[in-house]
Order: sequence, then structure tokens, then C-alpha cells
Amino acid sequence: MTNKPFLEVKNLNVAFPTEDGLVKASSDISFSVARGETLAVVGESGSGKSVTSLAVMGLHNRKSAQISGQAFLNLESGPVDVISAEDEVVRKLRGKAMSMIFQDPMSALHPYYSIGNQLIEAWSLYNEGSKEDGRKRAIEMLDLVGIPAADKRVDEYPHQFSGGMRQRVMIAMALINNPSLLIADEPTTALDVTVQSQILQLIRDMQKEFNMALILITHDLGVVAEVADRVNVMYAGKIVESGTADDIYYRPDHPYAIGLLNSIPRVDQLEDKRLVAIPGQPPSLIHLPQGCSFRARCEFADRVPGNLCATTTPTLDQKGDGHFSRCHLPESELIKARVEIGGRK
Amino acid sequence: MTQPLLKLEGLKKHFPTTTGGAFSKTKGTVKAVDGIDLEIHAGQTIGLVGESGCGKTTAGRTILKLYEPTEGKIIFEGEDLAPLSPKKMKPYRSQMQMIFQDPFASLNPRQTVGSLISAPFQIQGITPEGGIIEEVQRLMKRVGLNPEHINRYPHEFSGGQRQRIGVARAIALKPKLIVADEPVSALDVSIQAQVVNLLEDLQDEFNMAYIFVAHDLSVVQHISDRVIVMYLGKVMEEADKHDLFSHPRHPYTKALLSAVPVPDPKIGRARERIILQGDLPSPVNPPAGCVFNTRCWKAQDRCRTEVPQLMQIGVNHRIACHFPEA
Repeated sequence: MTNKPFLEVKNLNVAFPTEDGLVKASSDISFSVARGETLAVVGESGSGKSVTSLAVMGLHNRKSAQISGQAFLNLESGPVDVISAEDEVVRKLRGKAMSMIFQDPMSALHPYYSIGNQLIEAWSLYNEGSKEDGRKRAIEMLDLVGIPAADKRVDEYPHQFSGGMRQRVMIAMALINNPSLLIADEPTTALDVTVQSQILQLIRDMQKEFNMALILITHDLGVVAEVADRVNVMYAGKIVESGTADDIYYRPDHPYAIGLLNSIPRVDQLEDKRLVAIPGQPPSLIHLPQGCSFRARCEFADRVPGNLCATTTPTLDQKGDGHFSRCHLPESELIKARVEIGGRK
Repeated sequence: MTQPLLKLEGLKKHFPTTTGGAFSKTKGTVKAVDGIDLEIHAGQTIGLVGESGCGKTTAGRTILKLYEPTEGKIIFEGEDLAPLSPKKMKPYRSQMQMIFQDPFASLNPRQTVGSLISAPFQIQGITPEGGIIEEVQRLMKRVGLNPEHINRYPHEFSGGQRQRIGVARAIALKPKLIVADEPVSALDVSIQAQVVNLLEDLQDEFNMAYIFVAHDLSVVQHISDRVIVMYLGKVMEEADKHDLFSHPRHPYTKALLSAVPVPDPKIGRARERIILQGDLPSPVNPPAGCVFNTRCWKAQDRCRTEVPQLMQIGVNHRIACHFPEA
């Protein structure tokens, strides 16, 4: 995509003070997404995927979170930094300029109000008009996201919908005001695989229809491969690798990304190969080790001269056109590493 | 072939649904598991797959008689366990164990790791050679935990480590059969591989049979020898892993496999995908005829009236469908 990005995040840091110390949930995050583009954010639980996107949506409590950095939305009226903007300003962007869908559609919908009422409420925030107009628009949206008999179901309550149907309602609600940016946080994790493919297809269709910038947060590398244009791989609060989907899947540069791709079984590969597990577990975000956060689990750390991995935090360096990685490993060693991990399979 | 370790014949588990209240009446039944036949040998892994509500978990639990079966036989080493009372079941319990999905809910937070892992010895009244503590530490070491942590509590461990505690507890009595219900689905991707490898190593070491219940077809494909696909309590297809994954014959299996995302952008984008319409019907009121007919693109009138029987269509390959795929 060569057009100007819609969202530009620059040096974003989010930390939470706790009794045990400061939890550095995401640090030094920079990325951008253009309209029509899909950015996937992958990583394990606690890697900072959701924390980052909640910061972009302005959903952190400013009293309990320490947020620094910038996140610009390039609106037609000019760029707005959602991190420094007043709560009132950000509130007016939510739902209209940017919107979000969550993992669990049951807890994100209010059980006491009909689907229609919840959709109309979202619509009426940004539209003048009678309740009837809102209802018409709600039915239109439900129809668009593939809910059969939308004119009847609009009056039903969340418990009358299945998991997949609820997620469709969530998508209808998020899109009812034509947002330019949609953040989908694990939208299919709670769903069965046949329903997952329906919802992914729907999200893709909607993205085309509305020409949205899409950020898809997931831990499922299969889902990422199918929908992403670009991928950010996160580990212990930092982006460790960033590139096109092809870069990440065919030319991964960071030992964590290489390891992750080799640790998952594939339904299309029938050979009985042992999985290549990444040893150990992610570090505590309160006591991050000095140097590279992945060092303790990395089998290539000792090939970096001068014990650099233990002393210096690597920077996110450019490895190719639009391909960045946060690793000290020299290029020659890297090629060996890819073969060694991949070849052992 | 030798005698199978475990053989199921027409295993069924139906749950009554009631009207509720003080004068509660039974108004129907949910046929959670409606007839499973299977044979499993020592050292073998059978994967039980399907979407939520298909009865795979109920099947796993009924096999261990955690639920009383409604009908059918559970023949373990030649003995039918189905009619046995809980008391008579006790000696068999040490030979069949379970690993649960959620390592946060399945470990008592007020017990130390040591007392969790030694519980099987206490319940069965067995003192292993060298004493319980030594044996527990040996088990902890075997599953990759630090034996010095024997006096710690579950909350001091990560998800992957807790699942290792669950595994240690399950293998403590050297069982012949383990039912693992979604043992890795609560774990992060990089930790899943560690636990899958551990389960495979332990199987090689102790020649245990696994019934591996999971919805993640990639993991099931990796670990299983044989796979059973369930839908609304019924077995749709059953075959050796290679046959099932390379050449599925039931339309549901085919759709299910095509829906699994592949971590490879070129293949993932190009792959032909069968997107099933609609959701799973309610198990309280399943469709007449073939239970899959409401979502099947090949369904014809016959499918809506006549229940397809599970039939042999190849070597060790059975399906329940009137119009199988070529």
C-alpha cells in the first residue's frame, strides 16, 4: 500500500504500576496501517497485543496506566493524536473513526437489551434521526453481516443468538457508523472452526465494502496467513519482527518467529515429525531481563559476538524493504538458524 | 491382532432435560453421545474431534465412567466396566486416568504440588518403591518440573507448568489408558508444542494408549494414529489418520478440514474452502434423518428422513453418509 497510513503509532509505551513493580505491558511500539490494509498482530498472552490496541482506542484508564508516545489518526480534518487528546475528543472518534470487536461476543453484548436497541444506540451517537431510521439502519446492517430474517431477529436478545451469530452482531455494531479503522481482538478464538471461516470471510468482505484499515489481533498463525498483508510479531511487550506476511512466513528473521512457525503442527502436512518446541517460557513483564527479552529461550544467543544479547537491548532494524527485526544475530548466522530449526523438523 | 486394551460397543450417554421447578418433569433427552464403537490398543492414540456440542468431551468422560453410560459396553482388557458400581470400579481407576483442559481449574489451589501429584497413591493405598516423596520428585523431573518446587502451590506456576503437574498426576500410577480432554488448548502456541512432545515421549516410554479429545485438527492430526469425527453425538467418520486427512469421505469432515487455517500464506490463500452455512443445530432437538443434513451441500430428501448407518467403505475406514465423497 502506498497511500498515506490512516493510523500511525509512534514509540508507544504502556505500563501499569502494581504493588510488585511496574508492568511494562508494551514498550517502544511503532507501526502504521493504511485503509484497505490488514495488519495482523501475533504473540502469546501477555505479549502486549491487546494492551497496545486498547491504548489506540483510548480505552485504558488514564489513572491506572502510564501511557507515553503518540498514535495519530489521519482524519480528513487533519491528524489527531489519540494518546494526548482529551477524553471527550477520543470518545467522539470511537465508533466513528475507529471501532473494535472483542473476543467474547457474549460478554460484549448487553443481555438486557434487544440486539436492535444496542445497534440503534450505537447508530444514534453519530446520526440525527428518529428511532425508526435507526431501526432501518440496524436491520440493514444485520442483513449485511448475514443474519437471516434480520427484520425479525432485530428484536431478539443476545441469548437467543449462537456464538457465531453474536459475533456477527458485534461486527454489525462496530461497522454501523462506517469506521475507517477496525480493530478485531481475537474475533474468532471463541468460535468453532467452521464458524471461524464464516466470520473471517465476513470480516474480509466488510473490509472491502467499507475500505477499512484492519488490525487483527490473534495468536493463530493459520488465521494470520490467510488474511494479513503485514504482520507484527510481539514478544514480552515489544515488536520483535515486522514485515509482509510473506516475509514472516518464508523469510523469518527473529529466532522467536522462526521458532514459533516451527512449533505448530500443520493440518496439511502428514509426515510424523516431532514438533520443534521453544524451550522455557516468556519472562515476567515486571522483571524484564537486561538485553534481549528472548535471550533465555534463544538457542542462538551464544553466536552473537561480545555477549551483546545479555547487555544491550536490540533495536528494531531494517532487514529488507519493509521488513524489520529486533535481533543481534548477524545475517550469515541467521540463514544458518533458519535452516537448523526448519531442517530439524 | 491381539486383544484391544479398550473396546467400546454402542456407547451412549443421554441426559434428560427437565422442566425445572419443584415438580420437575423430564421433557426430553439430549443425546450427547449416541453410539460409539471403537477399539484402542496399547501405545495407540485415537483422536476424537468435532465442534463444540458434538459430544466428544462427554464421550471421553463416559469412557472413564465419570458419567454413567446410558447404554453400551466399555470393555477394558476383556471386562465390561459399564455395569460396575463405583466401588468395583476403583481398581480399574488406577489403570485409566484423565488429563483435563483447564490447568487453572483442575488443580486444587490449596494443595501443594506434592500433595496433588501424590493423591493417586493415597487414594489407591499404594506406596511406591522408595517412598511417595521420592516418587513424586521423580515424576516432577520426568515431566520437566523442578523437583525442588514440590512444596509450591499451583498459582506459583505458569499455564504450561500446571499442565505438566496434571500430566504427572495422570501418569503417577502408570495407567494403561489416558483420556486427554483438550490438554493443550488453554496453552500458548510456543508452550503447546512442549506439552505435545512430552505426551508423545511418555507414550513411547510407558506404551500407554491415549484418547485425545480436541477441536484443534492440526494438533489431532499430529498426535493421533486414528481419528473419529463426531457431529451432534454421532460418529460421522472414522479412519486411520492418513486416510482421514488426505482423503476425507464424509462431507462434514471435508468441510471441517478445509476450514482449518494453514500457516502458509500462499497455500492458505489459494486453498479451496468449503464454508458451511449456518450453525450447529441444537442437540436438544437434532434434525431428523442425518444430523448434518441442515448444513450439508449434498443433502437430498433421503438425508432428511433416513439416518445413515456407519458403514465400512475401505480398510479401517467407516463413514455414516448416504452420498459419500469420491
